Amino acid sequence: MTPLKLLARLGRSTLAALAMVGRVTLFAVSTFTHMLRPPYYPRELALSLLQIGWLSLPVVALTAVFTGGALALQIYAGGARFNAEAVVPQIVAIGMVRELGPVLVGLMIAARVTSSIAAEIATMKVTEQIDALVTLSTNPMQYLVAPRVLAALLTVPILVGVGDIIGIAGGYTVSVHNLGFNSAAYLKNTVDFLEPLDVISSLVKGAFFGVIAATMGCYYGMQSGRGAQGVGRATKASVEAAAVLILATNFILTGVFFSL
Amino acid sequence: MTQSNPSHPMIKMDQVHKAFGDNRVLRGMDLTIPKGSSMVIIGGSGTGKSVALKSVLGLITPDSGEIYVDGKPAGSGDRDAFLARFGMLFQGGALFDSLPVWQNVAFRLMRGALKRPAQEAREIAIEKLRRVGLKPDVADRLPAELSGGMQKRVGLARAIAAEPEIIFFDEPTTGLDPIMSGVINDLIREIVVEMGATAMTITHDMSSVRAIADNVAMLHDGVIQWTGPVADMDQSGDPYLDQFIHGRAEGPIEAVR
Repeated sequence: MTPLKLLARLGRSTLAALAMVGRVTLFAVSTFTHMLRPPYYPRELALSLLQIGWLSLPVVALTAVFTGGALALQIYAGGARFNAEAVVPQIVAIGMVRELGPVLVGLMIAARVTSSIAAEIATMKVTEQIDALVTLSTNPMQYLVAPRVLAALLTVPILVGVGDIIGIAGGYTVSVHNLGFNSAAYLKNTVDFLEPLDVISSLVKGAFFGVIAATMGCYYGMQSGRGAQGVGRATKASVEAAAVLILATNFILTGVFFSL
Repeated sequence: MTQSNPSHPMIKMDQVHKAFGDNRVLRGMDLTIPKGSSMVIIGGSGTGKSVALKSVLGLITPDSGEIYVDGKPAGSGDRDAFLARFGMLFQGGALFDSLPVWQNVAFRLMRGALKRPAQEAREIAIEKLRRVGLKPDVADRLPAELSGGMQKRVGLARAIAAEPEIIFFDEPTTGLDPIMSGVINDLIREIVVEMGATAMTITHDMSSVRAIADNVAMLHDGVIQWTGPVADMDQSGDPYLDQFIHGRAEGPIEAVR
């Protein structure tokens, strides 16, 4: 391949990537404007709150409890190398609340919610249900997209908060029952060490990740190609995009909260 | 309901063009559908019948040309009021999986400008289901629990629920056995006559054409190749139309497209 062709290919890829960013941004802006504008669909919002929030609790709880437990074991083993085993409560707390809680909950939501939204909306598109909505004077952005994104915005921070608490509880259980920590001292160290900013950053990250997860599911669902293959591609692309965006946003938000 | 002006045709397409990439689907389509008449558009698969129909509804935006509904440009005015004049039966039914049958039928009656109390909407839905030959016990079932023919009937009930002035039928008999196709064709004809609605149907099922149409238009190569009353269809002398209605492999229409 000649250098000129290589450059052309690089240019095309860059332009395609920028166009994609533009389309997703416009879609997100349109979602928020439709969220604020009547008509509102409370039944759709209630169903989305149930699907995204309540029904995600088991998977979030399991992810958090095992992560908190494993984190306690790792910090204990690692800390023992320089006689710092006692820092387990503080590191578990800060690790779960600042990083692992929001990121793991965000990724689980991407796996569970983004995929399901993308597959559902893509199937609706393929079977002409989206066109049917339009002919029935119902805007799909208002009826399908806005309630899902709003529900994720409201529930994922709560899921992250619950995940943080259960993760710390997992670390506590392992530390107290397997590593010989004193129960009261462990809890006191955890509470004393955490600062309000740690909790605020965790919940704000949750809100961002929720919006990203639901928006990516809706976007790729609405852009789906034809047939079963189109639905499969839309679902796969939505989860990939949500996961990468959640990790990138996490890096940026961590910088904003703790390094600036 | 918008007051209709009797001097205008209900639908008029004037030199409508639409391409998807290099694929020029509509290449200057002209079509006029008088008020209260039933127009059936025929043509092979991939000739742009669905694109034409969706262009009228604004689901697809033409690249050029004009579409008038009751004398007014299709994209002008209040979008909800415009769409409230239409009912549409989709090819696969396009019923909403998550809603029971009666809520599918009454969808338009439970939201927006035509909203009414749930009990009244349910009663209208059951009445419309009865009109298309379905018993009231179907009302609380989910679409996935119904056969293909029943789903088509529910789609038809939804299309007529708000008493539209214009009804579109997209391949109404696709996937149905000949007897069920006949039932659906008869229902469409009865309902269109009874409501005095203007109907636009796209199909390649010739039994539908003969049962439903007042007028027929044949779409080929992105333009209307022939149009006229259904009674003239067999003596048209148009080689494209003759080949199509007799299902011949030999003729001006290439069998492999």
